[in-house]
Amino acid sequence: MSYIRKPAVRHPSLQPNKLGLTVRDYEGAMSTLCAGCGHDSITAAIIRTFYEMDIPPHRVAKLSGIGCSSKTPTYFISGAHGFNSAHGRMAAIASGANAANRDLCYIGVSGDGDSLSIGLGHLCHAIRRNLHMLYIIENNGVYGLTKGQFSASTDIGSKSKKGEVNTMPPIDPVLVAISQGASFVARGFSGDKEQLVPLLKTGLHHKGFALVDVISPCVTFNDHEGSTKSYVHTRKHALPLLESDFVPMAEEITISYPEGEARTVRLHDGSTVRFRKVAKDYDPTDRKAVLAYLEEQQLSGEIPTGLLFIDEEAVEMHEEAKTVDGPLTDVPFSDLCPGSAALEKLMSAYR
Amino acid sequence: MTSEQKPEVRINDFAFKLANVNGTGSASANGLLMQAIFRMGIPVSGKNLFPSNIQGLPTWYEVRVNKLGRTARTSEYDLMVMMNAETYAADIREVRSGGYILYDSTWPLNKALEREGVHFIGVPLARMCAETFADPRERTLMKNIIYVGVLAALLHIDMDVVKGMLEEKFKKKPALMQSNQKAIWLGYDYAIKNLEHPLPFRLEKMDATKDCILIDGNTATALGAVYAGATVAGWYPITPSTSVLDAFKVFCERYRVDKETGKKKFCIIQAEDELGAVGMVIGAGWAGARAFTSTSGPGISLMSELVGLAYYAEIPAVIVDVQRVGPSTGMPTRTQQGDIMMCAYNSHGDTKHICLYPANPEECFAFSVKSFDLAERFQTPVFMLTDLDIGMNDWVVPRFKWDDNYKPDRGRVLTREEIEALPVYYRYSPADELGVAARTLPGTHPKGAFFTRGSGHNKLGGYTEVPAQYMEVVDRLAEKHRASRDHVPAPIIEKRPGSTFGVLTVGGCDLACREALALLEEQGYKGDFCRVRGFPFNEEVETFLEEHSQVIVVEQNRDAQLRALLVLETRCPKEKLQSILAYGGFPLQASQVVDGVRAKVRLNKKEG
Ligand SMILES: Cc1ncc(C[n+]2csc(CCOP(=O)(O)OP(=O)(O)O)c2C)c(N)n1
Ligand code: SF4
Ligand SMILES: [Mg+2]
Repeated sequence: MSYIRKPAVRHPSLQPNKLGLTVRDYEGAMSTLCAGCGHDSITAAIIRTFYEMDIPPHRVAKLSGIGCSSKTPTYFISGAHGFNSAHGRMAAIASGANAANRDLCYIGVSGDGDSLSIGLGHLCHAIRRNLHMLYIIENNGVYGLTKGQFSASTDIGSKSKKGEVNTMPPIDPVLVAISQGASFVARGFSGDKEQLVPLLKTGLHHKGFALVDVISPCVTFNDHEGSTKSYVHTRKHALPLLESDFVPMAEEITISYPEGEARTVRLHDGSTVRFRKVAKDYDPTDRKAVLAYLEEQQLSGEIPTGLLFIDEEAVEMHEEAKTVDGPLTDVPFSDLCPGSAALEKLMSAYR
Repeated sequence: MTSEQKPEVRINDFAFKLANVNGTGSASANGLLMQAIFRMGIPVSGKNLFPSNIQGLPTWYEVRVNKLGRTARTSEYDLMVMMNAETYAADIREVRSGGYILYDSTWPLNKALEREGVHFIGVPLARMCAETFADPRERTLMKNIIYVGVLAALLHIDMDVVKGMLEEKFKKKPALMQSNQKAIWLGYDYAIKNLEHPLPFRLEKMDATKDCILIDGNTATALGAVYAGATVAGWYPITPSTSVLDAFKVFCERYRVDKETGKKKFCIIQAEDELGAVGMVIGAGWAGARAFTSTSGPGISLMSELVGLAYYAEIPAVIVDVQRVGPSTGMPTRTQQGDIMMCAYNSHGDTKHICLYPANPEECFAFSVKSFDLAERFQTPVFMLTDLDIGMNDWVVPRFKWDDNYKPDRGRVLTREEIEALPVYYRYSPADELGVAARTLPGTHPKGAFFTRGSGHNKLGGYTEVPAQYMEVVDRLAEKHRASRDHVPAPIIEKRPGSTFGVLTVGGCDLACREALALLEEQGYKGDFCRVRGFPFNEEVETFLEEHSQVIVVEQNRDAQLRALLVLETRCPKEKLQSILAYGGFPLQASQVVDGVRAKVRLNKKEG
């Protein structure tokens, strides 16, 4: 573990954003992860995302489980309330927090162990609920914090540092999420911030559960030859299906694409995501085709990345439950307690 | 007493049992009986002894009527209504000598079942049904209503009351009303014409339930949560706790839906499991809502992991445990107090929790509200432990009252302005005299942001692995728990002049213990009564223990869990405490306490 201060995350210019905050205002405590850990790059992408999106830090709630990945909320947006909860339980805790206050911007950070083993049930059910949050899995195919055991996302044939070969089929969070009815599913790579930041931005604007699986190599336990989650392997096999740009509502679409090569999906809040097609005929709104395609790719060992699936029609938890528009925490007590007269009346029903 | 002797007449003091088949509609008929007696102004209790099954297995319902309000369970049945041929033999054995047995005489009773010294009353219920009703389902259902009619004649249940109840119940279903009315009179008229009536034990109108209601504890608990202003509930179905959330939903739909927009001022999430459920409660508590979950023992086992997180990170949460028989799946439809220890010290590491122990639905309502106040005042999980008997059976209790001046105790939560005024904010410092530090809610103010963690933290909320810093925080948590003892409900203590021993108990043992002490007094055993209502134990419990040289702890579990908790958490020497334990799964009876005390207390032994 290194305790050296990581180089500050630098934005090209330390220009203040619309709130007058600089990128520094979105940083957190010094990282205590291993030098070169993929998770730190994701932290940097998160910082840039929130800064560029002008989100007031105190309106963010950042939650996590337990693991190296789950430590990272300490390393970004120190002005936000954070909750480093228990191993695998973050999705449940986020569900309750969101139920209480729907107006915050929820971001969850988890690991492949946290999300795909101990917390798989909670994850699947948060997806079913279509909980409005950005949920990032920092996927290194290994249990980092407990020193290198295989995780549920380890691929068949992938070798551990000690030389063991995994023979069990992996749980692919992307496939699980889409088959579970997730409304937003993306995959990125910690080594490709230019792709990752727009994915995170779009995810934050998506109304509902936005799952972003980010391949994030563990330099200490899973970056060797024979590992399918190493930097080298990921760079070689990453298959960007679509390149996407996030276009905020207020902004004009300035980039022009050759005819027929771009496709726009409008998000709930009026902003749009523009896809530039890389893989021919890939349609991220066609669930059936997406599933079939991804399954095929998984078998061939390629790692499709990008915004893989989006469904902007899906109904988010509070809409489904018909909860009041504002946070439940803002409803005054007088609106919650029926009072003595109502009780008096009710009591007659128990005669 | 033999059957030849003319038995003395007993008014408003008897018990009867109904043996039914699960899923045949007997529950509503039996409820009707109980409610009719209640409306006649007579203290009454009904215990549903049901199987873990949806249809087909034997199920029983016991009714006890007692003018003095002694309505704990009793197994001294004066009358048995046998509606299940499969259990005839056992049912006949159970009725007291000289008692009565009502059975369906459509089929002759097997000679082998006959018993000396009891009276058999045959009523051809199935035949009467077949002759009156065409629809097979109706035939099954109405058989129950016919025996209600028969019992009305035999026990002097006021038929006007019954009629009134049926009218209320089937106001909107005239067809059902008609069959029910027909069935009830069919039974009543048959009994008047063909049976010796009334029985020597019978009812007479009283005025003892006028200001009372008939309600189960789970409904009361849910109502308390509504009145306390709980907005978020996470839960997972489990007997005997499910009806808490069912009722919460019904009340919320009634009181918490905005008339104009149709939008709801509550959010109920049926979770993936109990761990998820309590996670939601903790998340909601962290975000500033009053939130709760309700479960039973197996669910608490699952929740343990996160209960420790809420304890250590100091997040309010209310957890209702409607106890059932363990270990493991145990007997899901039977009652016990087997989770006392598990809740008091729930989760790994040094953890101690505030626990409340209501004894009846009235206290379920009050303590449910109290739980939220305590959880927020002390920023910690609060357990409210009821049991299947309290939660699922109907009890006669005083009408609930509400004080409109009630203000929820939200504890120490900083407002935007308060945060703004602070030079710097730390989550766990400074603590007040109760050991509680002010918290901030997410979204309030950038300066109020902090990092909640279940990992080692110092008094400023920062990560630590330094022994002294870690200990400083957990020592304060212990202090905080200690301080809460003056805030949990005080024990109920009843003293008798010249008493020589004490009976100390908890929760649903209340009625049986108080009845037992009254009976024991008649036999020369004078004992004082103490029912603890909260953990940590407050000073009054200590005093009670000090004042008595012999204290008998009555509880419904095998391992004397309350006694163990007293040994651990009070100054009382272990030798002073003896146990009466009832853990078979049925609610406690006074006779069990009487027998236990007589075996343990030596008469004319003076207090010293
Ligand atoms: C109930 C429980 N079991 C086990 C652990 C130990 N544990 C801590 S982190 C971890 C695995 C983390 O793996 P992952 O989520 O992939 O995170 P990474 O460290 O790889 O980023 C385990 C098993 C725990 N904290 N809690
Ligand atoms: S062990 Fe692996 S996952 Fe953990 S900090 Fe080090 S490199 Fe990152
Ligand atoms: Mg991992």
